[in-house]
Amino acid sequence: MIDPILLFEQLFNGVQYGILLFLLAAGLTLVFGIMDMMNLAHGSLYMMGAYIAATVTLASESFLLGIFVALPATLLIGVFLEVVVLRRLYDRGHLDQVLATFGMILFFNEFVRLIWGPAGIEVPLPNLLNQSVIVLGIPLPVYRIVVIGVGLLVAAFLYILVVKTRTGMLIRAGASNREMIGALGVDIKRVFTLVFGLGAALAALAGLMAGPIFAATIGMGENILIQVLVVIVIGGIGSIRGAFVGALLIGVIEILGRSFLDDFFKLFLPVNAAETAAPAVASMLIYILMAAVLFFRPQGLFPARSG
Amino acid sequence: MKKAIIFGAAALALAITAPQAMATKAKKIKIGFVTTLSGGPGVIGKDMRNSVRIALDHLGNKMGGIPVEVIFEDDQVKPEVGKQKTEKLLHKDKVDIVSGFIWSHVVLASRNSVVKAGKFLIISNAGTSKIAGRLCHKNIFSTSWQNDQVPMAMGEVLNKRVVKSLYVIAPNYAAGRDMVAGVERTFKGKILGKDLTKWPTQLDFSAELAKARASKADGVFIFYPGRATNAFMRQYAQAGLTKTPLYSVFSVDSLSLPKLQQAKLTNVLGTFSTQFWAPDLNTPVNKRFVSDYRKKFGSYPSHYGAQSYDSIMLIDSAVRAVGGNLKNMDGMRAAFRKADYGSVRGKYVYGNNHFPIQDFFLREVVKDNNGKWTTKIVQKVYSKHQDVYASKCKMKKTW
Repeated sequence: MIDPILLFEQLFNGVQYGILLFLLAAGLTLVFGIMDMMNLAHGSLYMMGAYIAATVTLASESFLLGIFVALPATLLIGVFLEVVVLRRLYDRGHLDQVLATFGMILFFNEFVRLIWGPAGIEVPLPNLLNQSVIVLGIPLPVYRIVVIGVGLLVAAFLYILVVKTRTGMLIRAGASNREMIGALGVDIKRVFTLVFGLGAALAALAGLMAGPIFAATIGMGENILIQVLVVIVIGGIGSIRGAFVGALLIGVIEILGRSFLDDFFKLFLPVNAAETAAPAVASMLIYILMAAVLFFRPQGLFPARSG
Repeated sequence: MKKAIIFGAAALALAITAPQAMATKAKKIKIGFVTTLSGGPGVIGKDMRNSVRIALDHLGNKMGGIPVEVIFEDDQVKPEVGKQKTEKLLHKDKVDIVSGFIWSHVVLASRNSVVKAGKFLIISNAGTSKIAGRLCHKNIFSTSWQNDQVPMAMGEVLNKRVVKSLYVIAPNYAAGRDMVAGVERTFKGKILGKDLTKWPTQLDFSAELAKARASKADGVFIFYPGRATNAFMRQYAQAGLTKTPLYSVFSVDSLSLPKLQQAKLTNVLGTFSTQFWAPDLNTPVNKRFVSDYRKKFGSYPSHYGAQSYDSIMLIDSAVRAVGGNLKNMDGMRAAFRKADYGSVRGKYVYGNNHFPIQDFFLREVVKDNNGKWTTKIVQKVYSKHQDVYASKCKMKKTW
C-alpha cells in the first residue's frame, strides 16, 4: 500500500528534522534541568546564530567561515546574557524567568530588525551541498545528509562530555545538588556559565544549519521553540538522551503525519473531508503524543537522575 | 442707524455664506493608506508606500490643484489592528478616502467601518471573493484582481502547454485554498496529489516535496507568498526536483527575486507565473512608473506597488472629475466607474462589482541586461477576463 521507497525517504526527512530539533533541545534541556532555569530566549540564540552565519557567509563567500565565526560569537552572546541577565534570575520563580526571557525575545527580534532589516537573509550554499545524490535509487539532498552527520557527531560529543569527563561530572553534580557542590569548593557559577554558553553554541549550530534550508528570518526561533519544548517534555527534562530520542520521535512523527495521513484518511473518509482534515490532524499529532506521555509517564521517557 | 444694522447683518450673512461657497472645493485631500509596515511582510508595505510616493511625484503632490496628504498605517497583518487603524483614519484624521489593504481577512474586517462612515474604499491588493461577490458595495473599488483569476489563468497555461498531470502544494489558509480552487477550476489534466501545509509556521517542505517527486507529476503548482517562497524554492532545488517544471502564483515576484538571486537559486530562472502585470508590460504609464521607481529606489517595483500607484491615479481622476468637490459622491463614483486614468496596465473597464475586467499574462523569470533577475511577459493568457464572483454581486452595471 505505502511505497517503501517513499517511506524510507520520509523517514530520512523525519530524522533530519529531528536532528535539528535535537540540537536546540540539547542546550535547552541542560539549562532547564541543571539550572532549573526557564529560558524562552533560547530561540533568539538560534536566530542570532543563523543571522551571524548568513552575514559572514555572504560577505566572505565561505560557508565554512560563517560557521567558524557564528559558533564562538553566539557562545559569547550566551555567556554575556548569562552573566548580565540570567544570573539574577536563578533564585526567582519560573514566572519571573518566563517574563524576563520573553522580554529578551522581543529585544532580540527588534535588534535584528534594526541591524538586518525586516526581510530576512538568504544563505547561499556551496554548489556541492546544494544538490542531491542518489542513494538506493532515491535522490537525497546532500545538505540534509550533512545535517544528520553533524547532529550525530554532536550527540556523541555531548555523551562523552557529560558521562566521561570531569566537566561532565561537575555538570551532573551541579544538577543533583547545587548547594552541596558549592560547599565542596566548586565554583558552580562558572559551571553554569559554561553550560549556558554551550547551549548557546548548540542553538547557533542549529540556526546556522537551518539558515540554508529556511533562510534566516525574524521570529524563526519562536516557531521552532514550541516543538523543542514538546521534545523536552517527552524526553524528560534535563536528559540529553531523552532530548535525542524525543527529537527523533517528534521529527519522524511530524513528517510521517504530513506524508501519509491524507492517504490514510481517504480509506474511510470522502476525499474532500480527508484533504481538509489531514493537515489539521497532522499538525496536532506531536501534541497528542505529548499529552499521552504526560499522562502515562509524566517524568518523560528518559528522566535525568537528578534531585 | 437702522440702515447700519441692516448693512451689518448683510455683511455678517455674507461673511457666513462666503466660506461655505468656498468649501465646495476642498483645501486639502487626505487619503488614509492601510498596509503592512512591520515584520517580514513589511517589505510589501514598503514597496506600496514607495509606489504611492512615485504616484504623488508624478502628480506634483496635487490632485486637481489641491494638495494631497497620504497617511500610512500599519495593520501588522492582523484584522483587528487593521480595523482599529481604519477607524482612526476615518474619525481622528478625518480622511476623505481610504485605500491600501494587502490581506483579504484584514480588508474584510475593515470594510464596514469605511462603508458606515460613507467614504470611498479603494482596495490596492486584497482580492477576496466576498467583496467581489456578495459584499460588493457602491463605494468600494479594486485596482487589483480577484484572487481566483490568477490561478485560473495558470490552469489555462498548463492546458496550453499540455501538462498532463500536476502536484499541488499550498498553505492551509483562506487564500491558499482559493488558489488551489482556482487552478482546479480551469486545469483539465489530472491532479495527482495535493498538500495543504500549516501556515505560516511550517517552512520545512521535505515531506511534501518527496511526495511530489514520488507522484511523477509533469509539473508542480505552488502558492507560497512572502518569506515562504525562498524556503520553498531552496528546498525544491535541494530535493533534486529541478527537472520538474514549477508553476507559481503570487510567489515569485520583484520582492522575492532579489533574495532568490542573493541565494543563487538558479532553478528559479525560467519558472512561470501568471499575473495581470509585469515590470516590462509595454504601456507608456508603466514604463515611466518602473523607470522612475528604479531610479529612486534601485530595484524593480512589484505588482503590489503597481496596484498602489494605480489606486492614487484612480483617485486623482475622480477628484479632477468633480473639480475638487469631494462632497459630490455621485460624481466621484461615476468617475471611478469610468476608470478613465493612466493605469500601468493600460485601459481597462470596471465590472458590475467594481473589480477590473482585464488581461492576464504568463511571466517567465529572466535576467535583465544588468544581470538582475526579473519577470518578463511571455504571452497573454486571458483577454478582458472577469472574475466568477461578479454574478453574486447585486449591483447592476449602468455605466
